[in-house]
Amino acid sequence: MDLSVKLPGLNLKNPVIPASGCAGYGRELAELYDLSVLGGIAIKSATPKERFGNPTPRIAETPMGMLNAIGLQNHGVDYIIEKELPFLAQFDTEVIANVAGAAEEDYLEVIKKMNSSEVVKAYELNISCPNVKHGGIGLGTSPELAANITKLAKEVSEKPVYVKLTPNVTNIVEIAKAVEKAGADGLVLINTLLGMRIDLKSGKPLLANTTGGLSGPAIKPVAVRMVYQCAQAVDIPIIGVGGISSAEDVLEFLYAGASAVEVGAANFVDPYICPKIIEDLGSVLEKYGNASVAEATGRSFK
Amino acid sequence: MRTENGLILENLEISFETYRMIVKTSIATEAKCGQFVQIQVPGYYLRRPISICDAEEDRITFVYKTVGDGTRAMSQMKAGESISLFGPLGSGFPMEDRDVLLIGGGVGTPPLLFTAKKYIASGHHVCAVLGFNDAKSVMLEKEFKEAGCDVYVATMDGSYGTKGTVIDAIEANNVTDTFVLSCGPLPMLKAVSAKYTDGYISLESRMACGMGACMGCVVKDHEGESLRVCKDGPVFAIGKVVL
Repeated sequence: MDLSVKLPGLNLKNPVIPASGCAGYGRELAELYDLSVLGGIAIKSATPKERFGNPTPRIAETPMGMLNAIGLQNHGVDYIIEKELPFLAQFDTEVIANVAGAAEEDYLEVIKKMNSSEVVKAYELNISCPNVKHGGIGLGTSPELAANITKLAKEVSEKPVYVKLTPNVTNIVEIAKAVEKAGADGLVLINTLLGMRIDLKSGKPLLANTTGGLSGPAIKPVAVRMVYQCAQAVDIPIIGVGGISSAEDVLEFLYAGASAVEVGAANFVDPYICPKIIEDLGSVLEKYGNASVAEATGRSFK
Repeated sequence: MRTENGLILENLEISFETYRMIVKTSIATEAKCGQFVQIQVPGYYLRRPISICDAEEDRITFVYKTVGDGTRAMSQMKAGESISLFGPLGSGFPMEDRDVLLIGGGVGTPPLLFTAKKYIASGHHVCAVLGFNDAKSVMLEKEFKEAGCDVYVATMDGSYGTKGTVIDAIEANNVTDTFVLSCGPLPMLKAVSAKYTDGYISLESRMACGMGACMGCVVKDHEGESLRVCKDGPVFAIGKVVL
């Protein structure tokens, strides 16, 4: 079956994309399989300057998931352009650059610098990271601020702009509508849910950052619900993300209204998960009576 | 480095809350001393990074402590069951052409056994100094001796061997080797790094991916550069990493 999906700026040969922060810049997964099998790859967040991120422990396990508080560790946009993007250029897959920062001008600086890269096909505005004190989630929890950064990003961007939203809000639909109105080319739903764990021996938070972002199958129903709500409220495409671990999970997100998906924490459990999902997807689509990815998209409400 | 379902051949308690699991897997042929494997325990989401205690032909031995629910569930797995492995991972201990002093603490001891066998097989003298909390926690002493090492044990409560730390046992037994490979708890690694400058230490960390992608297990070196315990380590030269 033809699994291809055409989205603004992205000609995906299939709808499966490793999520930002879960595949670095592709080097590690490339030791295991040819990244050209992937529909695309969302690379680790880029900020204007190098960031070390949060102290460790940064990882905690949870029932059916995990918490992370990495804190947007990266070498900065210049290093990424010079050292990481050329490596990705060898693969026939669509690169989505996740853009982050502490303030609006940080996002714009990263976008302006990456505009000249032929490797990057689209941006994913990370206004939803729960693990940084400024920017990140701060811009993503108010419709006005989310719309404003989207508008500013669109003004300087020479590539399509997808906006990755946080689930840590009362009404995600109004934020989705606000960023659509501000010119977003697509949405990525959802980033992690804010959570925490406490160590029983010490009585203290397990993560050095106290709180972290919950991902994995535990959040899948929340993500499916948000994709379902937003897909009926906006006319721009949605990339669904949250706990996807199988081709059946992908189909559930497509039915909810997603046009493509990102796979996050599942890469840590099985580093071959993306090629496996891609291999299974055609037969799973067929099994449930879908002739294409596009036909499955939004089936739950159409 | 690959994922594979191995076959559990044995999973027995060998010391206090300490288990030995032997798994039949082709990953054994690639394993180097000081490397680890990400083990999937049914019912638990993330894999557990467990060091390789020994590897020969088609079997790997893991010696692990039941420190939490996941490793307790691992200890309940039975011979004949299948277990998902991802590895071998990490840098491993370097094989240098000289005699070596191995310093192990607690559950940091197992990877040193494989290391001892490799050094002895290449014709070198190996002295192993192993530290534990108490007599019931002592593990692998016989295996190190059978491998051909000089072995000295310390226990914090003095119930077996030298009373005190591995450093106390080194001094009590006039161990004079200077090239050190070490694995154990952080306070021990700090003490080893204060006494020795020539050698390598192996770090432990909470990990997610185990292969360098997620940046969950980073440490800093003295230049402020970040290093991934899983990929750049877990073995680092003494003095390289801020402990």
